Amino acid sequence: MNIVNLSHGSGGKQTDELIKEIFVKNFSNPYLNKLEDSAVIEINNLKIAYTTDSYVVDPIFFSGGDIGRLSVCGTVNDIAVSGARPLYLSCGFIIEEGFEIEKLKKIVSSAKKTALEAGVKIVCGDTKVVEKGKADKIFINTSGIGIFDKELNFSYKNVRKGDIIILSGEIGMHGICILNERNNLGLKGSIKSDVAPLNGLIETIREIEGIRCMKDLTRGGLITALNEISQSCGFGAEIYEDKVPVSKPVISCCDILGIDPMYVANEGKIIVIVEERSADKVLETMRRHKYGKKATVIGKFNDKNYVSVITKLGSRRIAPSLSGDQLPRIC
Amino acid sequence: MSRNYFSTDIWSDSKISQKVVKDIKIKSKKFYSIYKRLPYIMEVCGTHTVSIARSGIRNLIGDCINLISGPGCPVCVTSQGDIDRVLKFSEHKNVIIATFGDMVKVKGSQGYDLNSLRIKGIDVRIVYSPMDCIDIALNNPDKDLIFIGVGFETTAPSVAATVKFARKNKIKNFLVAPLFKLVPPALKFLLDTKISKIDAFILPGHVSVIIGSNAYEFLWKDYKIVSVISGFEPLDILVSIDMILKHLLEKDKFFDVEYVRAVKEEGNRVAIDIMNEVFKTCDSYWRAVGVIKDSGYKFSQDYLDFDAFERYNIEYVESREPCGCLCGKILLGLKRPIDCPLFGKKCTPTDAVGPCMVSSEGACASWYKYGIRK
Repeated sequence: MNIVNLSHGSGGKQTDELIKEIFVKNFSNPYLNKLEDSAVIEINNLKIAYTTDSYVVDPIFFSGGDIGRLSVCGTVNDIAVSGARPLYLSCGFIIEEGFEIEKLKKIVSSAKKTALEAGVKIVCGDTKVVEKGKADKIFINTSGIGIFDKELNFSYKNVRKGDIIILSGEIGMHGICILNERNNLGLKGSIKSDVAPLNGLIETIREIEGIRCMKDLTRGGLITALNEISQSCGFGAEIYEDKVPVSKPVISCCDILGIDPMYVANEGKIIVIVEERSADKVLETMRRHKYGKKATVIGKFNDKNYVSVITKLGSRRIAPSLSGDQLPRIC
Repeated sequence: MSRNYFSTDIWSDSKISQKVVKDIKIKSKKFYSIYKRLPYIMEVCGTHTVSIARSGIRNLIGDCINLISGPGCPVCVTSQGDIDRVLKFSEHKNVIIATFGDMVKVKGSQGYDLNSLRIKGIDVRIVYSPMDCIDIALNNPDKDLIFIGVGFETTAPSVAATVKFARKNKIKNFLVAPLFKLVPPALKFLLDTKISKIDAFILPGHVSVIIGSNAYEFLWKDYKIVSVISGFEPLDILVSIDMILKHLLEKDKFFDVEYVRAVKEEGNRVAIDIMNEVFKTCDSYWRAVGVIKDSGYKFSQDYLDFDAFERYNIEYVESREPCGCLCGKILLGLKRPIDCPLFGKKCTPTDAVGPCMVSSEGACASWYKYGIRK
């Protein structure tokens, strides 16, 4: 590893290596070292979830959303999956000289609407402008805090053999939408990003007993997310390929491009790992929420130590994390 | 024909598949009782390699069929000398190199690839269609856009069409480095040299859509080897294997088409004509193999001004393949990815030694990605 390349930002193995070998090594502390979506810290006996994320998506406007909505959702979702209630966000802008004010207004207005939907307040921010060509249009960083108002202790480490994996809806929409629009592939149809704040959906289920952990599926997709949980808890996951919901347009697009939808990014999907006894209750509750209508059980954890897929033919294959950059700058 | 026929679902239906798998097992047992060995079936096309790995077919029938991957991944079969030739374009100023994605990560003999050149500031673009190059060329009139023309008969027609478009619209800064390969001569080479043990071929579906099933006449006429043109869905491949076994056992015929919903005897006339106009066949360098006669495309005399190698005067120089890498033997079906000591250790998709681990259609990459270890 001599220089940083795009695959270090892909959310897969190389990102993992970069984080562990450079950031964790230097910043090391018990909160950071857990490497979950949010850090859980305590101030005067008050448990708080704290996270940050930067957004460099290209194009900045896409079907189903824009960089403003994305920058609120990503951070809100990272807090919500930890079990906390997201409350306050910061919002920093890095803008390239020459960027149109109208577009900036549109982005900020979209972020505002999304924050309203999620019930969070953007309470501080920062603006930097760089010379033309020194950044691409606009980059946004958001950080956020949430409060543990309920006694919840979600962690990948809680997962055990026999636990059920519930997926909140169809996968691959965000990644394929960006790929299609960035490269003008001209694939028509209903391919739009699924970007959405999921704290409302999570709110409806988070107190159901038996939930081990949740994870939002971003870069690296479903399989990479499951590998992260599997490595942390020491158990394996098995996914039934025919149970994983993927929309027809996304399947067709993936087929044409030779991409596996199970590795494609999402911005409005979570997996919930739950004890078997509570799976039905979680599933039914999720399906009542607008962002969980197509929630479904896709598999379970087993006593192996790797992630596997039971294919539509009924064969089993190993499913490792995403390796290399399937697509840069999707979020 | 009903729309349903094209829906993906029936092509990976587990009930139908299980029945076909059962038939395959019965037939392969018969084969074993006659020949005292497993049948060797080569899937020639990289897309088949991926589909087999992704659907877990090897896991279902691997103990009764020797499924071997052939020279069907275009990036993989591009010779080391040609990779080096492509990298040489970067030495020229005012050049934009455009290519399909996988190609940027194939290392030349000096150990660097197009991607590392891109990080250093050389203008390398990934495109999804050769027509994308036209826009780039028009937006950069002071530069030459060089498209790296790697691929089989499936890719060549769209490149030829783009070249014709450029000629018609007088776009002079669009060039192509022609490295196209043709499937039938490669099959002929495998059979002539008897280099690998092959009882039958699963022939590529999309290449056959272009060139037509008649293009394989030599297989049954001259070589009497069983071959079936197959589609790419898991069930397509299983059915093709079952057809192959039937023909091997009953010796009733040598040639069959499973992919009847797309393949015609005469192929796609428009595509063939445009290829014949823009290109002409030439001897071509294949990785691990060397020159195969008439197995590639170069520009025809009329279109020679589009040839980037001609314009920049870059000649072919033989280069050595990476040390210890078994890609060459894997391409010929002589070795499996896991036979390579570098597989999954020194050679992974993120830091690949050989092209079979770079290209998503490469045998090594699909074995690695889909966790196949036996």
